[in-house]
Amino acid sequence: MHEYVQEVGALTMRWVRRLSREKFSMLFTLVQPMLFWLIFFGNLFQRAADVQVTQAPNYISFLAAGVVVMTVLNNGLAGGVDLLFDKENGFLERLMSTPINRTSVVVSRFLFVTTITCLQVLVILGVAWFFGVEAATGLPGIAMILLISMLFGVGLTAISMALAFSVKSHGDFFSVLGFLSLPMIFLSSALVPLQAMPAWMSFLAKFNPMTWAIDAVRPLILSGWAEALPKIGMVVMIMLVFDAVCLYGSARAFRRAMG
Amino acid sequence: MGRAVAIETIKLRKTYGTLTAVDDLTFQVYAGEIFGLLGPNGAGKSTTLRILITLLRPTSGQALVLGHDVAQEPDTIRRLIGYVPQERAIDRFLTGREHLLLLADLYHLPKDEAQRRIPELLKLVDLEDRADQPARTYSGGMKRKLDIACGLLPNPKVVFLDEPTLGLDVQSRLRIWDYVRQLKARGITIVMTTNYLDEADQLCDRLAIIDGGRIRAMGSPAELKAGLGGDIVSLTIGASDAGRVDALAAALRALPMVRAVMAKPAGLDIRVESSEKALPAVLEAANRTSCRLELVDYHRPRLDDVFVAHTGHLIREEFPQGEQD
Repeated sequence: MHEYVQEVGALTMRWVRRLSREKFSMLFTLVQPMLFWLIFFGNLFQRAADVQVTQAPNYISFLAAGVVVMTVLNNGLAGGVDLLFDKENGFLERLMSTPINRTSVVVSRFLFVTTITCLQVLVILGVAWFFGVEAATGLPGIAMILLISMLFGVGLTAISMALAFSVKSHGDFFSVLGFLSLPMIFLSSALVPLQAMPAWMSFLAKFNPMTWAIDAVRPLILSGWAEALPKIGMVVMIMLVFDAVCLYGSARAFRRAMG
Repeated sequence: MGRAVAIETIKLRKTYGTLTAVDDLTFQVYAGEIFGLLGPNGAGKSTTLRILITLLRPTSGQALVLGHDVAQEPDTIRRLIGYVPQERAIDRFLTGREHLLLLADLYHLPKDEAQRRIPELLKLVDLEDRADQPARTYSGGMKRKLDIACGLLPNPKVVFLDEPTLGLDVQSRLRIWDYVRQLKARGITIVMTTNYLDEADQLCDRLAIIDGGRIRAMGSPAELKAGLGGDIVSLTIGASDAGRVDALAAALRALPMVRAVMAKPAGLDIRVESSEKALPAVLEAANRTSCRLELVDYHRPRLDDVFVAHTGHLIREEFPQGEQD
């Protein structure tokens, strides 16, 4: 157990060190493009979006939940990139030639990505607060939002790692990611509530785990616990299944790649 | 013979679908020697090495490292060996010292031992001055040195080097050879792959020549060369006479003192008992078949002759291209 903590700690520190070496990348990790969605998209549609449809005091407060989960989506899907580069330049092989538990590298990545995601979610909520969006459920609600983010993030990071272990080149990796992320956003309740979507889109959106995450985060910000609790129960169950499936797939891909 | 065996493989085989990467490899590496796996790219050297360091499982056969089976006790083996991969497996953003600190934790070294060993290793590979700069500022040779320091960190009994000098400039290669000899002097067993004949010849105590996934010859460089016996007469033939080379080869094969004739680019290599006795007959045969010889050369067998004799083709040597990256 002590050995496991030692190796996972060292591997996680490596990710932190790498990030701190790239000053620009660190800046852009915190001031991420997702903020633009909140600031520009949120304000842009302030008058175009119908308050009757969004059931929110204004569009930006409606959008906040969507941007939070979009952040989780982007971070999670990109979470395997560094392992992909490690695989390509042989560093992963060097790590695997040491007497570490086979899960340590992957676990360190989960820890790091989850931590970064939580920090970013807090930044998003901070910026939303600046624009007058206050979480109706207060600090406990924010803690709950972080928990939902983590649950969703684990499955997404697992998908990303599975992809990283399976693809032949990093070109393939980025094309698949680019292909996945926009439909995931549009076919969810991030920008528009399900009821306001064309029937076929809202039908597809119901199968998107992102929709469920957003629908649980949104009442935590807009209304309160009474409305949020049943949704939270639902999303926790869905996320547990989602994570289990993703982790299983990722473990298989890892075993295939590492012999 | 009572030499201690560090590594032993028995009928080792690795297949990927229908492709056989290595086939029926049986060899022993003695404790304290430098053992080389020599062969062209794709011969199966790296596959063999990856099986020995437990990153690949053999399809069949057995491999023992320090008495432990690679398939049964991979974790025990990983604790006892050091590995220097072929690619510059370096994290550009970490400093040299941070690489070693990371690996110290992965090998579960106690803090005080890591504190003691890391400066020692940085000194050994002459990286003390640059130890706290990110590895992206390192030259190819420095990255290689850091690689070697990483491979030595666990204080291993056996070190595996995959193409240790691939793509390095001449000075860096000589330095790396020097480090490898120092390791041997410390009693460490070394297994390395290479596709450089001069490296195999000068550095390795014993060699296995691998081609097409099989061992074609094994022994010390001197034994392998002596085993070939005789001399090599090397003929360079002008392009205008290229059409007559086959006729000349046939004529030479008919001579009693000629053991073998091998085609090479723009000429023939002829293995003979003694070049002094064979030369007049060789020249006569060239005359008879109207092949104009541009150059005639003869020498004792070299390792490249050994390679050609056992594999039937030249090793496709990549010349050191200087530092990359």
